[in-house]
Amino acid sequence: MSKSLPLDAAIIGAGAMGATVALHLARSGMRVALIDRGEICREASGVNAGTLTLHMTRAALVPYAMKGRELWLNAPNWLGMDVGARSAPGFSLAFTREELEMVEKRAEARAAMGAPIELVTPKRACEIDPGLNPSMIAAAFCELDGHVTAYMTGRAYRRALLATGAMIMENSPVTALDREDGLHVIRIDGGAPVRAKRLVLAGGVWLEPMLAWLGLKVPVKTLINQLVVTERMRPVMRSVVGIANGLLSLKQFENGTVLIGGGWQGNGDRVRGGVETIPKNLIGNIQLARHAIPALGETRVNRVWLGLESETADALPMIGEIPGHEEAYVIGCVHSGYTSAPYMGRLLADRILGREPEMPLFGPARLIQKDKNMELSA
Amino acid sequence: MAATCDVIVVGAGPAGAEAAMECARHGLDVVLIDEAPDAGGQVYRATPKGFRTQGPREPEAEIGDDLRKRLADSSVRCRFDTLLWSIAPGYRADLLGPDGPSSEEAPIVVIANGARERVVPFPGWTLPGVIGLAGATVMLKSQKVLPGRQTLVAGAGPLLLAVATTLRKAGGEVAGVIDLASRREWLATVPATISRPDLLARGIGWTSRLTLAGVPMRYRQAIRRIEQAEAGKLRAFVGPVYATGAPVAGTVREFVVDAVAVGNGLAPASEVTRLLRAEHVYDTVQKAWVPQLDEDFRTSLPGLFVVGDGAGISGAAAAAIDGRRVGLSIAFDADRLSADNYRAQKRTLSTGAKKARRFGQAMARLMAPRSGQIAAIAADAVVCRCEDVTRAELDAAVADGATSPNQVKAWTRCGMGPCQGRTCGDIASALAAAALGQEAPPAPMTGRSPLRPLPLGVLAGDIDYDDLELPPPAPL
Ligand SMILES: Cc1cc2nc3c(=O)[nH]c(=O)nc-3n(C[C@H](O)[C@H](O)[C@H](O)COP(=O)(O)OP(=O)(O)OC[C@H]3O[C@@H](n4cnc5c(N)ncnc54)[C@H](O)[C@@H]3O)c2cc1C
Ligand SMILES: Cc1cc2nc3c(=O)[nH]c(=O)nc-3n(C[C@H](O)[C@H](O)[C@H](O)COP(=O)(O)OP(=O)(O)OC[C@H]3O[C@@H](n4cnc5c(N)ncnc54)[C@H](O)[C@@H]3O)c2cc1C
Repeated sequence: MSKSLPLDAAIIGAGAMGATVALHLARSGMRVALIDRGEICREASGVNAGTLTLHMTRAALVPYAMKGRELWLNAPNWLGMDVGARSAPGFSLAFTREELEMVEKRAEARAAMGAPIELVTPKRACEIDPGLNPSMIAAAFCELDGHVTAYMTGRAYRRALLATGAMIMENSPVTALDREDGLHVIRIDGGAPVRAKRLVLAGGVWLEPMLAWLGLKVPVKTLINQLVVTERMRPVMRSVVGIANGLLSLKQFENGTVLIGGGWQGNGDRVRGGVETIPKNLIGNIQLARHAIPALGETRVNRVWLGLESETADALPMIGEIPGHEEAYVIGCVHSGYTSAPYMGRLLADRILGREPEMPLFGPARLIQKDKNMELSA
Repeated sequence: MAATCDVIVVGAGPAGAEAAMECARHGLDVVLIDEAPDAGGQVYRATPKGFRTQGPREPEAEIGDDLRKRLADSSVRCRFDTLLWSIAPGYRADLLGPDGPSSEEAPIVVIANGARERVVPFPGWTLPGVIGLAGATVMLKSQKVLPGRQTLVAGAGPLLLAVATTLRKAGGEVAGVIDLASRREWLATVPATISRPDLLARGIGWTSRLTLAGVPMRYRQAIRRIEQAEAGKLRAFVGPVYATGAPVAGTVREFVVDAVAVGNGLAPASEVTRLLRAEHVYDTVQKAWVPQLDEDFRTSLPGLFVVGDGAGISGAAAAAIDGRRVGLSIAFDADRLSADNYRAQKRTLSTGAKKARRFGQAMARLMAPRSGQIAAIAADAVVCRCEDVTRAELDAAVADGATSPNQVKAWTRCGMGPCQGRTCGDIASALAAAALGQEAPPAPMTGRSPLRPLPLGVLAGDIDYDDLELPPPAPL
């Protein structure tokens, strides 16, 4: 990159968050580079469950998720490609008294934020989806649910970004940030530094080390989420299914495979990635799945994988200006962040472009620790 | 972790069985795991009970019976009909056997899981009636079933002759043997095959008997495509190729047959070491990732060994000797024999191993997939048969910016089906690397559990909802 021609913006982290910000900035005429240490959308944004559910979204984020869901369903229009986003009804099931209480409380909190969730009887639930286990005692039902095939995300964004003229720098690990002549200098392992007027950190679980480059301490928890996919099987369900405590997310794709998730944990960390499946958690997860959709007993488990999800201390996102640093922004740690990424990214792009975002951002100042000891959290 | 034994050995072929017995001979407590019902592996596979063998017994049958007898007399704890479906560092082997899921734990693991077969795709290789050479061997050997009345045998390597001969012995008809290699390439292996005169003589015997029987032997030719023909038959189009494997202009012959057995060599089944994320190196000749090993078959991970075909194809004889070498090293590390004793035994084994390996490797070279053949795969040929992904779709993913086999997989579903890329992964990776102008793909496809598809109902069992152990609920 020549010194005389700094970029308007450099976005570090090519997940759905960073890619969306880059896309909107580029479409507004900015010269941008989207930089990733690997390939586009190969971390959380390419390996997640792709559930567009409101049952599980943190209540405070429901309005954002509803916008994000719409955007995914309209992807051919603004992203230029069908990423397999499909609308489907969604359930959160209760099998015990305790779970019924939980379902009621959760549904109420989300309905208050605008999610059209209602409680239905087992009979009604089974009419909507005959694949469900009729032994439930009740279910929360939401018309607005659905799913995306997450592994297509990177392909869609890459095409869209190239069409805008944005630069995509993959396999380019950023190692440090500097400030020279009023510009951000992004140091890249094995490559020339990139200079840009604006900086966006969009590093998912790696936001903690990224913010540390700027001398800021913000602990980011890494969840090692396990997902399980079955072989193709006959149609056995038509809705997105969860249970009251949130430990299940279940859907069948058009190709007949069933994806089983729910945040069961594997072993691993930010440095090594997802290292190993914990058999007890695999078995627990599929026992729950089979309980919800009994026909799953007929199929076979084809692959289990682990993905890294980020969470801040208050479990709410970081989206906005980085305090004390000029023209530096952060975006990430969004619960159900895949659903809302197309919307969250647009909100931050609006802020960067000097437009008032449609909904409030989530400034990171509240999360910065005063403690000067920069040791990274686990 | 609480160890359940000293050593876990995965795979009871010649490599694994010998490694296990050598460890046990030195007093180590060994658990030997195989998904097959008995020991023997690919070559020495036991005939299932209830099947009667006819005619003279192959030398393999004798060796196999001897192996099984020695194993039965040893202190090795065998767990057959038991699948290793996952493995965790340290090491914990997750198993699924006749009694459901269980696990074994040990600080030392020997992976001896053998090879998998590859087919360089052409249009029609996924039609019913087309099977792998290795698949045909298994059918003939352990199930005593003919793939069809009349079979065309094609591909590369010694399995061609073995399959053609076995087919005829079993009463089948061989329409032709289509060999990618030239006669000269076969002759060039003679110096190495001299080290195994028994096998050389057998090979020559096979060839001359097939020729005498009037079976057409076509050298430096390959199947271009196969179509469905009338009455459930297959029509194969066979034409000449360059030494690189790329097709060259010339007469294309048609064979109308019941079945086609085709294979382009074997590659190490690296799924276990990839799952554990041990270091691998890319073998540009075999076009496959091979675990990185030291001379005693140690991987980059402490306590983890790989031996036999899983360490690089070198044949059954080398696998057996190398298995013993691994066992010896493990026993020595565990202070079970003196340094002098260890060195003396190791020297004897190493000499034998060298001879055996020369033969095996010459055969492996003969069946290595050739770059020209891969480059010439037709755009409409299916590469990933589980997910029906064609070469054109793979090329399109690279054109869209995928730079690794993992990204190609994500964007096309190539390798996402039940075989998890065991069949197509190497070919897809080689195609991607070639399209990017690289000699080797940047990394192997990520290994994940389960190593084979697992019946969900068996794994999940029948549950009482109230007994489920659930983690705490997600936040509101
Ligand atoms: C298994 C799993 C299941 C999930 N299921 C759902 C779901 O069903 N629905 C839903 O809405 N959400 C789900 N989520 C959450 C969702 O996937 C994430 O919130 C979202 O994808 C985060 O996007 P991101 O862009 O912030 O992070 P990521 O996609 O992780 O992107 C961060 C990027 O930063 C890059 N990076 C890191 N360090 C560097 C460096 N030094 N230099 C350059 N680049 C670097 C990484 O390579 C990576 O590409 C799930 C998450 C997981 C892990
Ligand atoms: C069809 C075929 C025919 C061959 N014919 C000849 C021949 O005639 N002469 C010759 O010299 N070589 C031949 N070879 C090569 C020969 O098989 C190998 O060199 C030799 O068998 C290697 O021994 P091994 O112990 O490494 O592996 P194998 O004999 O392949 O044994 C591996 C064992 O591991 C088990 N296994 C693998 N994965 C798992 C798992 N996840 N869980 C549990 N068990 C598992 C398998 O069931 C198998 O029994 C042939 C190969 C094939 C495939």
